[in-house]
Amino acid sequence: MSTIPIFADENWRLPSRGRVAMLSLIIGESAIFTIFVVAYVYYIGRSTFGPTPQILDVPWFNTVCLLSSSISILFAEHAIEHGRIRAFGAWWALTMLLGIVFLAGTAIEWKRLIYTDGLSIRTNLFGTTFYSLVGLHATHVVVGLVMLSLVMIFTLFGRVDRRHAERIQVLSLYWHFVDAVWVVVFTVVYLVGR
Amino acid sequence: MADQTFPIPGTLDASRSRGAALLEWLHSWVVTVDHKKLGILYIVYALFFLLVGGVEALVIRIQLAIPHNHFVSPELYNEMFTMHGTTMVFLVGMTFVFGFANYLVPLMIGARDMAFPRLNAFSFWMTAFGGLLLYFSFIGGFGLYGMGSAPDVGWWAYAPLTAKAFSPGHNTDYWALALIVAGFGTLGTAINVIATIISMRCRGMTLFRMPLFVWLMLVVSSLTLITITPLTAAQIMLIIDRYLGGHFFDTQAGGSAVVWMHFFWIFGHPEVYVLVLPAFAIANEIIPVFSRKAIFGYPAMVSASVAISFVSLTVWAHHMFTVGMTSVSNAFFVLSTMMVGIPTGIKIFNWVATMWGGKIRFATPMLFCTAFVVQFLVAGLTGIMLSVAPWNWQLHNSYFVIAHFHYVLVGAIVFCIFAAIYYWFPKVTGRMLSEKLGKWHFWLFFIGFHVTFDTMHFVGILGMPRSIYTFEPDRGWNTLNMIISAGGIIQAIAVLIFVWNMIDSYLHGPIAGNDPWDAWTLEWSTPSPPPSYNFATDPVVHSRRPLWDLKHPNDPDWKYER
Repeated sequence: MSTIPIFADENWRLPSRGRVAMLSLIIGESAIFTIFVVAYVYYIGRSTFGPTPQILDVPWFNTVCLLSSSISILFAEHAIEHGRIRAFGAWWALTMLLGIVFLAGTAIEWKRLIYTDGLSIRTNLFGTTFYSLVGLHATHVVVGLVMLSLVMIFTLFGRVDRRHAERIQVLSLYWHFVDAVWVVVFTVVYLVGR
Repeated sequence: MADQTFPIPGTLDASRSRGAALLEWLHSWVVTVDHKKLGILYIVYALFFLLVGGVEALVIRIQLAIPHNHFVSPELYNEMFTMHGTTMVFLVGMTFVFGFANYLVPLMIGARDMAFPRLNAFSFWMTAFGGLLLYFSFIGGFGLYGMGSAPDVGWWAYAPLTAKAFSPGHNTDYWALALIVAGFGTLGTAINVIATIISMRCRGMTLFRMPLFVWLMLVVSSLTLITITPLTAAQIMLIIDRYLGGHFFDTQAGGSAVVWMHFFWIFGHPEVYVLVLPAFAIANEIIPVFSRKAIFGYPAMVSASVAISFVSLTVWAHHMFTVGMTSVSNAFFVLSTMMVGIPTGIKIFNWVATMWGGKIRFATPMLFCTAFVVQFLVAGLTGIMLSVAPWNWQLHNSYFVIAHFHYVLVGAIVFCIFAAIYYWFPKVTGRMLSEKLGKWHFWLFFIGFHVTFDTMHFVGILGMPRSIYTFEPDRGWNTLNMIISAGGIIQAIAVLIFVWNMIDSYLHGPIAGNDPWDAWTLEWSTPSPPPSYNFATDPVVHSRRPLWDLKHPNDPDWKYER
């Protein structure tokens, strides 16, 4: 090919494959959530018996925790980019803590719903759609926490440095997505649907 | 050649026992992360299930050849048409798509592998085990005692037939779980293909210099992301209904069976385009090479493909005209369905314009592609007929619909898959397929196809519904059904010739060389079969036909392309 004059841009740069892949995964996941949200909205008020969405309390504290974890992970991304590993570890730990608080809040809410209000996934249509939608989101939080804790373990053992900034940012994209989905779920389930 | 990727028994180390060598050879296929080996695995897997699905189709046709036939019981018949549909769509169509994408995309864009080789292997094995789980159903449950517990609710699995009350046992669970598993594999590969195409192109391979095959695989994979996931979501709901006592599709508790139909077809219709766009991709590569002309209207082809993928997301409820939607939704879905005809029409005109005035060589791949263009046009025309709601009310769930979509799935997709295998077999194995057997294969399959599926239109217009296991002799369908079944036998003979051709040519076929078809895309610049690293040096491209530039240094394409 050397006989052909080179026209190709000397600065041949392509997008990071990690980011492209994570964005693709997020698009696919969004479709899954869309189906569950549509099912929830369509079935609002169609339960023929049992508890209704009026029994729900708006989980403001939970929501604030999860949404602020998106901010703390931003600080963590910023820290690793500049090679400040200790600061990174601290922000990362805070992010995980906020995620765990969110899950604990969900657990307390579900315990009340199940034991006090008698709402389980098989009670009625509201129970089915509520637990599957909120549960699908909580599952994503759990998956996110597992990945976050892997990074945390590597950080504690001193195996994370500036070179991993991009991977950390790709993982953070997922966490931001989980938070963004919560905005939708929260609005649909607790604000509009109640 | 020391860097063969396709092992030939003769090259195995002779010092060890044959058993150990065989074991090592098998091991190398199981642990491989090479995109070419995984591509071959995908395609071998798809070919195997193509035969299995074909046998199921033959069972259906033998049962329907004469009225009041007792070849299979009604229960087994239900399992046969359910498994035939599920197999052909998920285990044959999808795996062929991603097999070709796996093998060819990195070679065409000048990359050494996919973006994520291990994810690639993981995705393949997920798909493979999904297929095994689906077929395990034949011996699962009550086992071979009775009929096994293969899915028997149709490949669309409409509620409330899938509820525990109407589908006891595990038939429906095998269907849902196997497809969830295979679906995650599909999602992984789709992500991988997108990341490969966006991030792994060689220098100079701008988006508008990519071969159209690669463009269409990008479109297909993007469409897969938002197509296969709604099915996964709906199947999770189905599992919740069946195992946790949920009420999504339980009409007695306020749930809705129509919601399942919507969810299924939100997946199901774009899925058709996920399967047919790769057929277009194959035709886009083969027709120019055998017409000795560059593809006509490259930018129009790209925009038409993107347009098809967007329009395909808005047409799903044309499967549901008979459910009783509002007239506004009927009108919307009629119009959006008809709109699909515009970008597909652009494509057909471009293929014809590519052939027009070309020096056409009717080798086997080109024969299959030419038949594809004609048959796809017919399929499109019956599609326009069915998109008209009042016409659809008459013919919904009749054999006319079956004929229409088999014209797409067989007449377009399977024909292009055969074309692709004849075209790329020399690259993959280093040996040519026999042209003589190829011509026999083509003409027998072509005749069998038309005998079967042309006739099916008539039996459909005469009112024969789909999914029935037998029919009364006084309906006037007897002769037509016998003809349809005879066509099925002709197709089966053609496929057997094809299988024999593949085996015989793999062992004894003439050596192909790097570039047997005098083609223009990068994969033909590598040895056949390509070494595991694909390209010794990273290629640099300057036009859409890099090999043309190499072969004609005085008249390169980049002088004319803008």
